[in-house]
Amino acid sequence: MYGLGILKGLGVTIRHFIDTYKDDVLYGFRKYSKSQDNFAVRQGTQATGAYTVQYPEEKVAVPERFRFTPFLVVNDADHESPGEDWCTSCGICSKVCPPQCIWIVRGTDPATGRPVPQPEAFFIDIDICMNCGFCAEFCPFDAIKMDHDYEMASYDRTSVNIHDKERLSKPFSYWMKIAPTTATEEADARGGWEHSDVIKEKKKKADAEAKAAAKAAAPAAPAPVAAAVGEAVAAPVAEAVAVAESAEDEEKKKAERLAKREAALARKKANKGD
Amino acid sequence: MVDYEVQAPPTTGSAQDAATYLKARFPGVVSDDTRPGFQGVIVQADKLGEVAQAIRDELGYNYLSSATAVDYLGAGDHMEMVYHAYRISGGGALNFKVQTEREKPVVPSLVNVYPGANFQEREAYDLYGIHFSGHPNLKRILMWEGFAGYPMRKDWREAYYEGEAKPFESRWPAGWVHRAEERNVFGSNVRYPADFDLSKLTDISDQAVYNSASISGMGVDYQQDEMETDQLVVNMGPHHPSTHGVFRMVLKLDGETITGLEPVMGYLHRNHEKIGERNTYLHNIPFTDRLDYISSMGNNFGYVMAVEQLMALGARYTPPTRRAEIIRVLMAELTRIVNHLWSIGFFLNDLGAFFTPMLYANAEREKILDFFEAVAGSRLMCNYMRFGGVFKDIPDRIRSTANLMNDRIRDYDTMEFLSDMINERLPRFLEEYDRYLTGNEILLERTVGQGVLSAEDAIAMSCAGPLLRGSGVAYDVRRADPYSIYPELDFDIPVGKQGDLFDRYMVRMQEMHESLRILRQLLPLLEETKGQDIMSGTRAYNPRIPQGESYGRVENPKGELGFYVVSWGDAKGTQNPWRYHVRAPSFINLTALGPMSVGQKVADVVSILGSIDIVLGETDR
Ligand code: SF4
Ligand code: SF4
Repeated sequence: MYGLGILKGLGVTIRHFIDTYKDDVLYGFRKYSKSQDNFAVRQGTQATGAYTVQYPEEKVAVPERFRFTPFLVVNDADHESPGEDWCTSCGICSKVCPPQCIWIVRGTDPATGRPVPQPEAFFIDIDICMNCGFCAEFCPFDAIKMDHDYEMASYDRTSVNIHDKERLSKPFSYWMKIAPTTATEEADARGGWEHSDVIKEKKKKADAEAKAAAKAAAPAAPAPVAAAVGEAVAAPVAEAVAVAESAEDEEKKKAERLAKREAALARKKANKGD
Repeated sequence: MVDYEVQAPPTTGSAQDAATYLKARFPGVVSDDTRPGFQGVIVQADKLGEVAQAIRDELGYNYLSSATAVDYLGAGDHMEMVYHAYRISGGGALNFKVQTEREKPVVPSLVNVYPGANFQEREAYDLYGIHFSGHPNLKRILMWEGFAGYPMRKDWREAYYEGEAKPFESRWPAGWVHRAEERNVFGSNVRYPADFDLSKLTDISDQAVYNSASISGMGVDYQQDEMETDQLVVNMGPHHPSTHGVFRMVLKLDGETITGLEPVMGYLHRNHEKIGERNTYLHNIPFTDRLDYISSMGNNFGYVMAVEQLMALGARYTPPTRRAEIIRVLMAELTRIVNHLWSIGFFLNDLGAFFTPMLYANAEREKILDFFEAVAGSRLMCNYMRFGGVFKDIPDRIRSTANLMNDRIRDYDTMEFLSDMINERLPRFLEEYDRYLTGNEILLERTVGQGVLSAEDAIAMSCAGPLLRGSGVAYDVRRADPYSIYPELDFDIPVGKQGDLFDRYMVRMQEMHESLRILRQLLPLLEETKGQDIMSGTRAYNPRIPQGESYGRVENPKGELGFYVVSWGDAKGTQNPWRYHVRAPSFINLTALGPMSVGQKVADVVSILGSIDIVLGETDR
């Protein structure tokens, strides 16, 4: 029958229409509730029907890895040296930045004139930033991170869209708040919650102390090196990560890496063969 | 004429066999490209037509994938045209080149052998100033007619020119912020070639368009038939809802029937390739996102493959890990679904089913983008693939935390989310969408038998993707020239029968089903490789790329996307690609727009354009 296809299609439209309100009726308007898991329902795979987000009254939840523009990590207010930059002005981020929108002036010691590992000035032209995330990905000191704050509209872009160090700086606790999983992973890789230089310093000190102790009490058991590091991790967050890995784990990982590399080489050979 | 010492031409077999045959068939004309890292043969310019004829007819390389120019200023000081031809039955490329002088470069046009070279030669003329003798319509294509100079040449300096290559010195350690716009475009910052005349910056593009073969003749052959129709020229676009971006079609009409069509593009041209040659290899990855911004994952994939091919020429190279390959294919196939949902939705818009089908499709697309966002950090500009792997592993959970910006949270298990999508939600949706649209009488009447493109024409005009397969040619790079882990995956290549709008629609619908089939095979592989490395080697921001050329191509949702990359390696001390060319399917597929539209009504040209599925970010580059 001519028109049957159209009728069938209209059936689908009606179903979509009903679905949009089904949720309201069956689940008591859960879509509009102020509860925390509101978006878990709407953005989930079981959601049906259409929904709109009442921006700016409500906002879609962004995932942890969401990247907008970069910010610079500084020490928290309750840190022993509050507000200190994590950035060592190594310059890598300005090199990996595809549109080249990062400008860094390396700090110098006013007394000696020698360069110091602190940026004197740090600018990002936010108009040019393409939100790629390379700066955060390649910074060796976890000092630059991608922010979640996407509300940057302003009336005059010429005066506010070049962000300086002050505008860019945000405390480390902010990073842990917006991306707890990533922050934990990174701390894990660094070996503690502190800046990697601080961790290195502490480790060195602990090593030296351990050595001294070992010398003093000749055949005694070696001092627990990991203690200092472990302390640093435990400090700011409850869900601290175990950093010190046992020697066995280390061995296992090494063996795994070796096996992987061998497999890759074999694959490569096989590829070249044909 | 055929040299009798020559054996029968190999119509199957490797490019090596083909090269051997060509060298024997054209002694002194065809020679090997002996530069380290380079492949293929170099053909003498004046014999190019003859050789190309032999390559197509005798050797069976009937599909010209890419034709592009390279300026070897300071490295031989010549211009080069590089062609990559394939057999439509599958297999690797035959790469042939011609070299010509830089001052007055002339190369015979291949349009009569490969009509698909038409736009690509115009592009080379436009950006490099190479003249193609015998080209039927040699006009600028991306820049405007009247623009003086050839911006892709190595000695061309763009406005705000800062340096030959990034990273720029001025950023560190004593960088100071400058807005590019604060510097005067016409100040000393811009250096034009010696013969450049600013007074020639006039816009005469419209005249040129109206004079082109398909449009000209207005009023001359004015005839009155019994319908007493008028002939007229109508501009559709550049700002027209049907053109899916800033794109213009100049139509020559007889009443409502189209008698000629001239596509006008370049409104979004930003010289992506020039930017790419200033960039480092790594810098280019996020720039590829901006080509076909509906399928950025696929763009990333093609580009990193091209660069990995170059890296493989070097001594120390480990291919991407298995998990990385699995994740890449996962992303590429999800992207295909995203793209086809989008393109079918808009196609229905073009047919007049205003936005309802579009929004249904978009609701599903949204969920996939949520996944991209959780994995890569962005919904559209994914910037996800890296040389040797991917940015980061798939997170365990797709979750949002309450923070300053958002007070709404969600938390799903990623694999559960994926398997729900792949096994339940998307198949259910596709089934429903099929019921919703495919039998619809209006849709059938508007699409069946309209905008027909024959298989021969599709191949000749280098069409790719669903446009090519809709015409019944089962050519899919994933099968014809397999890459990544596609050889071990089980999927079919849907093809159409008639090559009309309906066939293209159906091919896209079925391709989504095939993508789901692939995705279902990937789920266990993902579980199997959980926790393994997603990156081979170290994550370097300045990888050393050895000298050579490579052509990496992937089956992107819109068709074959190719990246031609030339590296001078350490020889030149720079870590920037010498040549970075994008074979854009949206651009080349437009070759078929004119021929498909002639004889159709004005209303149909909208749906014909919609059925090609272009995106202007990629067309104009
Ligand atoms: S890469 Fe990191 S440490 Fe180096 S300059 Fe940039 S922000 Fe500072
Ligand atoms: S996000 Fe990308 S574009 Fe923006 S500052 Fe970082 S590296 Fe540069």
